[in-house]
Amino acid sequence: MAEAFQFELVSPERLLLSEQIIEVVVPGTEGYMTVMAHHAPLMATVKPGVVAVKTPDGKLDSYVVFGGFVDITPDGCTLLAESAVHVADIRADELQNRIKDAQEDFEDATTREDRAKAEDLLGQLKTLEEAIKAA
Amino acid sequence: MPSLKDLRNRIASVKATQKITKAMQMVAAAKLRRAQEAAEAARPYSQRMAAVLANIASNVDGDDAPVLMSGTGKDDVHLLVVCTSERGLCGGFNAQIARLARDHTRRLLADGKTVKIITVGKKGADILRRDLGKNIIDHVNLREVKTLGFVNADEIGHKIITLFNEGAFDVATLFYSEFKSVIAQIPTAQQLIPASAIGDVEPESAGDAVYEYEPDPAAILGDLIPRNISVQVFRALLENAASEQGARMSAMDNATRNAGDMINKLTMSYNRQRQAQITKELIEIISGAEAL
Repeated sequence: MAEAFQFELVSPERLLLSEQIIEVVVPGTEGYMTVMAHHAPLMATVKPGVVAVKTPDGKLDSYVVFGGFVDITPDGCTLLAESAVHVADIRADELQNRIKDAQEDFEDATTREDRAKAEDLLGQLKTLEEAIKAA
Repeated sequence: MPSLKDLRNRIASVKATQKITKAMQMVAAAKLRRAQEAAEAARPYSQRMAAVLANIASNVDGDDAPVLMSGTGKDDVHLLVVCTSERGLCGGFNAQIARLARDHTRRLLADGKTVKIITVGKKGADILRRDLGKNIIDHVNLREVKTLGFVNADEIGHKIITLFNEGAFDVATLFYSEFKSVIAQIPTAQQLIPASAIGDVEPESAGDAVYEYEPDPAAILGDLIPRNISVQVFRALLENAASEQGARMSAMDNATRNAGDMINKLTMSYNRQRQAQITKELIEIISGAEAL
């Protein structure tokens, strides 16, 4: 049995989750990664995606996050999400709004850098939408 | 001397006012509880954010630090973000914040600096417009907002950062009222840019463990600091919301008590006058009977 460690998922509005888990999949900007106990200390930015948490009794739980940071220390793992909701509570129209906003940002972007950034975000959101649809 | 009828009307109207202030007090108490809960719920995030920031800042060389943290190296143009409430009837709450902002502005102007003001909330804007109207560059309206969300703060945060990137100001200060208790709300000025507050938090000792960064520390910091500004604004707005309800509660409590005193006084003079009237009528009857 894998060892458990402390995981916290916080959004600016509230603390969503703070408990012992054995495994969490985090959508890092540079790729999904699975964090288990004794992970090397790491700090990474998070892109919009699904966070999958596995509790010691083997239950799987998913949350949708829209960007943020993950901070992994020897004592545990903290995910600071810009906005986070349980996967069961996600509303399709909210996601649609975000996609629309991103689309507009992309079209309005003037500099190449902004454009690239907006395009990335748009792509990530669309992937997320498909992932949620599939779930 | 008001007649008996006038007095009766006054008593009735003061009683009606008392009912209103009493109801407002109770509503404020309920809203205060909710605002406090919201402020508490937001605390873990800002605490962890501060810890993470301190941690990463200690790992980034001064030269790599983004301008948002190190500042532009000048302090010629100041941006004041003044957060107040949308509604009145809350005692000195808005006036206190506005006074702090105004004193600050005067001091800066006397030093020959340029001052730009963004107001959040209608009441503060109304007060400041009177004598600092030409300094106000923008106003954020939260009238339609029922429950404060992070999006509201994020909007303000983005506004500030966009202005900063355009080089519109060098130093940003946030004005709000810190919630201490129902009777004490302390108007506070907090510097946002350059982010000096970060130095206050001791970096968490992560042992000798070497952090890995993905992407590199400077990029993370560049992403984190703008977010931190939104978080600070969010915290200020939540503190403000709790303070506003607290101030309103005590203001309405005072008003209710005042109305009570007034009713007592009016009732006293009403009774006295009624008694005088009765005595007068009796005298008239008796002297009429004697005359016969």
